[in-house]
Parts: sequence; structure tokens; C-alpha cells
Amino acid sequence: MKYVSEFRDKKFIVPLVDELRRTIDRPLRIMEVCGTHTMAIFRHGLRSLMPEGLELISGPGCPVCVTSNAHIDAFIEVANRDGVRVAIFGDLYRVPGSRGSLAKAQSMGAQVEVVYSPMDALTLAGKYPQQMTVFLSVGFETTIPLVAATILEAERRKMGNFTVFSAHKIMPPALTALLGDPELRLDGLLCPGHVSTIIGAAAYEPLAAAYHLSCVVAGFEPVDVLQAVIMLARQAREGRAEVENAYGRAVSWHGNLRAQQLMHEVFEPVDCQWRGLGTIPASGMAIRDHFSRFDAEKRFGIRLTETPEPKGCLCGQILKGRKTPAECPLFAGRCTPLNPVGPCMVSTEGTCAAHYRFGRG
Amino acid sequence: MKLTETILLDHGSGGRASQELIKNIFLSHLANPVLACLEDSALVDTGSQQLAFTTDSYVVDPIFFPGGDIGELAINGTINDLAMRGAKPLCLSLGLILEEGFPLEELKRVILSIQGACRRADVPVVTGDTKVVPKGKGDKIFINTSGIGLVDRGVHISAGNARPGDAVILSGSMGDHGITILAQRAGISLQGNLRSDTMALHQLVQRMLAEAPGAVHTLRDPTRGGVATSLNEIADAAGVAVELDESAIPVKPEVGAACEILGMDPLYLANEGKCLALVAKEDAGRLIDLMRSLPEGADAAVIGRVMEGPAGRVLLKTAAGGSRIVQSLTGEPLPRIC
Repeated sequence: MKYVSEFRDKKFIVPLVDELRRTIDRPLRIMEVCGTHTMAIFRHGLRSLMPEGLELISGPGCPVCVTSNAHIDAFIEVANRDGVRVAIFGDLYRVPGSRGSLAKAQSMGAQVEVVYSPMDALTLAGKYPQQMTVFLSVGFETTIPLVAATILEAERRKMGNFTVFSAHKIMPPALTALLGDPELRLDGLLCPGHVSTIIGAAAYEPLAAAYHLSCVVAGFEPVDVLQAVIMLARQAREGRAEVENAYGRAVSWHGNLRAQQLMHEVFEPVDCQWRGLGTIPASGMAIRDHFSRFDAEKRFGIRLTETPEPKGCLCGQILKGRKTPAECPLFAGRCTPLNPVGPCMVSTEGTCAAHYRFGRG
Repeated sequence: MKLTETILLDHGSGGRASQELIKNIFLSHLANPVLACLEDSALVDTGSQQLAFTTDSYVVDPIFFPGGDIGELAINGTINDLAMRGAKPLCLSLGLILEEGFPLEELKRVILSIQGACRRADVPVVTGDTKVVPKGKGDKIFINTSGIGLVDRGVHISAGNARPGDAVILSGSMGDHGITILAQRAGISLQGNLRSDTMALHQLVQRMLAEAPGAVHTLRDPTRGGVATSLNEIADAAGVAVELDESAIPVKPEVGAACEILGMDPLYLANEGKCLALVAKEDAGRLIDLMRSLPEGADAAVIGRVMEGPAGRVLLKTAAGGSRIVQSLTGEPLPRIC
């Protein structure tokens, strides 16, 4: 089994679409939390297959999109310092802060390198011992354990020129903050597949109980998404509000315990500002004091200063599922992937980017 | 469009940023009817002959990669730009910008590749130039090649020539070169046979034109920006729409897998040995048979069709049975976080 082509095969998808149509017996509002789900749904043309009455709302599961201006501005400030080379994941490259992006900083002389793994940043530090390599670290629980492992390795190797600037966030507190909004009115949650490989399906049980919300953990292939939506529709019909795992080949009930342990060994929860959602208690992950020499924020004495969001930008509302990209006055006019106003347009997983790339015309 | 104040890497990606730079800075100051066509090569009518003229620069990093190197890329790439107007390539120029400290052994290796590519294509380099810049002011080797070819009277191949009903043919597997370069840069060693597909296509094109004169309306080699960007440009130029069948597009399993790992879409990755051909529907069958009988077109396939409208739209019928719009590339393709 190749785990890709079978899950995209029309011969499985057609009966699933039929079953979904038969199962939905009322209008359903489902939030697909994760940006990768938004992209997958668009990329495979699933929106064109979904039946009437099914409303899919994109949530805040795009780590780049929810990174505040304060962090982006601080990232750029660090990148511009003498003797510093920054390493980033590709998504961060074009994200605009209040004064330009890392792409712009690079064009003006900052040393910015796109890496595929935080370990690559460590390799970079080894390659350039005269410079400080700073890994500008963004991502949810999928990524945090890898960064934790990298910091532990840096400690083992006694590296003096490697630091991490953490803007990491964790999902469950953000979901709690969102669901507390009575205007949201959700019937179900399509839970993020990759985050769940780390935190486990059980992590959503408190949400399901507190908000009477159906939760299904879903993978990213068309068959996965359809299967999960069918399970949500069935729960709605039967009046159930449970957590179900439709991504059993990658997600277990309790998740990856070793990864969770690594994460908590190196990081601790702190209050954190999410773009569009405000400050959410215990939702960010900061490097523990024991590892402070690998903490760029402490080594550089960075103070984060929040700046207001650009006028007219509806990223905040879109991240909460309150508005769609089409409702934003800047969408596809002033705000395009080349000249983005807010990160929802620039990140490959941003809701606006997905709509722009796949949904227009 | 808001003008950025400095050149960004996106401006070289072949996507929208590149197009806007061309429109706002180059065309606005240099415009003439020939340049304004913006085809792979320019057609210049001398009265007695139609000359095709093209230029291209090569800055690829790494300079040596599985399946080829910067030298071979330069020769094949410029020959292909001529071939995409139906021209028979006559000769090439070779301009080199070398960085101080670049090893002579590596220069020799590149020149030997160029020699090999010229011999296989039977197109000579007839003039050249060399400059050296101080260390740090270049990047090992930059190459510029220009090429001249002859286009027979009666051959009219251009983007604007595509018409509703045409079959869209791709001469082989998609994304091979682009993903090979990205995987090399990422330092990812992936199992399977990732190799650049760099290849000269002029002989394939001449056979196609002989087989079905007048049937080939448009040719384009989908380099930077990929098949997606090329088809968007063609759809815009001809005022037509294009519909693609995802299941019909040949993608090697190792290329597909590497794309999934790196978060890339093969529709946007460069191809250096493939061409798109928009041909009269009734001739598509025999053109495909011809292409498949030749090494340059062994995996040729009909991947879609040209429709009346809406003008400029490229639609993909997905393997899953749905559909979605395919836009031009905006900037450099970047790998994703999670």
C-alpha cells in the first residue's frame, strides 16, 4: 500500500461522497482547524464535491498566520543584527510584519536561510562558528518536539553560537478560547491530523465534553477528509458529541509520549498573543530557564512591542471563522500573495492563500 | 501593483513577480512590437528569412546535479527556446561570468558538458565572452547563451495561436528538474532516481511539424514557474481557457513522493527537457504516437484541452473527481512548515 494514491482514488471517493450526501440531514457548520486541511480540501477539489448544507470554516491552525506582528518585527530585527544568520522554515519568508518581511530583509543584506528541519539550523551553526545562528521557530505541537530535541543536541555538543527564538504555540488553549465565543455556533471540529500524532486524540475530550462538540481527528488525503466529515455528520444526526479518530494509521489515543516528554523538558507554557485572537493564557511555549543560553530572546534582550494590524485587514476575523476571505475588502485587490497585507494570504496554509490559489476564477 | 523598492528573489522565479517586473520596468521603457510578444524567442523578419533569436542566463545552484549540470542546461535551454517557435537552431553564443577562485577543474567539466550537448544537438557555439568578478561578487559560474535559428515560412507557432478544441500535450513526466534541484539544496537524499530531465527538443519538434504541418499551434517549454504558469500565460495570450486532467499528467513516483515530503506542487516545478504542445484535436493521436516513438517523447500524453472560456482560466479536474483553479506561480516555491 502506498498510502497516497489509494487515498486519492476516485473509486473510493465517489461512494464516500454519496454516503456523505445521504448522511447529512441538516445544515452543518464544521471548523477545519488546521491550515493543511484547508489546503488539502481546495487542492483536491473537494469543495466542489461537498453537498449543500455543509459549511466548512477555516480555523486558526496555521502557525505562521497566528504569529503576531511583534514577533515578526522582532525576527527581522534579529536577522538585521551584525554577526547573525537566521534559519527559518519556508513559510515564514514572506510574512509581513509592520515594516516588511524576512524576504525584504534578505534583499537588503540580512543572512536568511531556509531549512527543512531545525537540525539543519544546528548544522549551519557548526558551519559558521564565527556567527550566531538563530533558528526563528514557529509551529505547533507537530514541530515543537523536534526543536526541543535540537536544543538538547546543542547542549550535548556544547554549542555557543546557536539559539532558538521561540514563537511556538499549542492548540488546545486556542480551541478553548475560540469555542468560548457564543457567536461561533459549531456542530463539529475536524481536528488537526499532524498535531494529533503528538498530543493524541484524547486531547480533545475536554472540549467535546465542555462544549458538546463532535470532534474527529482527520488525515489529509481526500478519502481521510471525506471519511471524517461523514463521521461528524453521523454524530450530528445521532446527537452524539464524542471524540473519534479517523486517522488511526498515524494517530493513537494518547499520542507520542516520548515527543510530549521532550517538549515539556525543554519548553513551558506561557501566556501568548495570537494574531486576531488576542492573548490566550498558557498557549505559547517558551524555553525553560535551564536552557536560557539557547534562548535568543534572552541572549539578545529582545522586548516584544505589539503594533496595530493594517487597516482593513480581516485576518483576525477570518482566523476565528467569522468572515470569509471574499468578505475582506483587501482580498485579491490590495492583498495578494505577492503583496500580502496579512499573513493569511502569505502562508501556504493561510485561508486567504488557499482561496486565492484554488478558489477564484 | 505596488512597486517594491528592491529586487527580490521572487522576481527571478518565472511567476507573477517576474511578469510584473517585465511589464513595469522592461516593456514600459523598451517596448517594440517584437519584444512585446514575450515568446520564448523573438521572430525577426529580414525580408528573405524569418530568424528566431533568443537569450537566456543560467545561475542554477548547485552547478552539478543528478542528470546534468549548468553547462548542459544552458545549451539545451537556449536550443529549446528556439525550438518552441518551430525554429531550426543555427548557432549559439556563450558568455561566462566566473567568480575569482572558481576551480579550473570544475570549469573544464562544465565546458566538456557543453561540448557534449552541442554535439548531440548538432548546434555549434560560434562566439563567446568571459569575464571574471572578485570573490563574493558572483557565485562560481553564471552563463548566458544566445541563439539564432531559422523558421520556415508558413510556420506560425505562438501562444496567441492556441484555439478552442486544441488538445494539450505534455511531452513527458512533469517536475523532474525542479524537484531534483530542490532536493539537492535541501541536502535530502531520497531513494529513487531523481534526475534532471535536461534535453534538447528541436529534433522532436521538427519531426512533429513534418508529421502534421499546421497542426501545432503553440509550443512552450515549461521551465521556471512550471506547467501551471506556462498554461496561464498561454490562456491569457490567446484569450482561451484550459482544462487539465490531473490523472492524465505523467509524474514519476519518486518525483511525486519528493514533492509530498517537501510540500511542493509539481505543477509549479521547472522542466528542462519537456514541452507543452497545443495541437489541432484531429491530429493529436498521431502526434502522440510519433512523440512516443522518439526518446525525447517516450512518456508523451494528452493532459487536457483548450476551451472557449472564461478567458485566461486554467482548471484542473482532480484525481479525486473534483475541480479547482490553477493560478500562475506568484513567487519562489517554498517548502512548508508542517
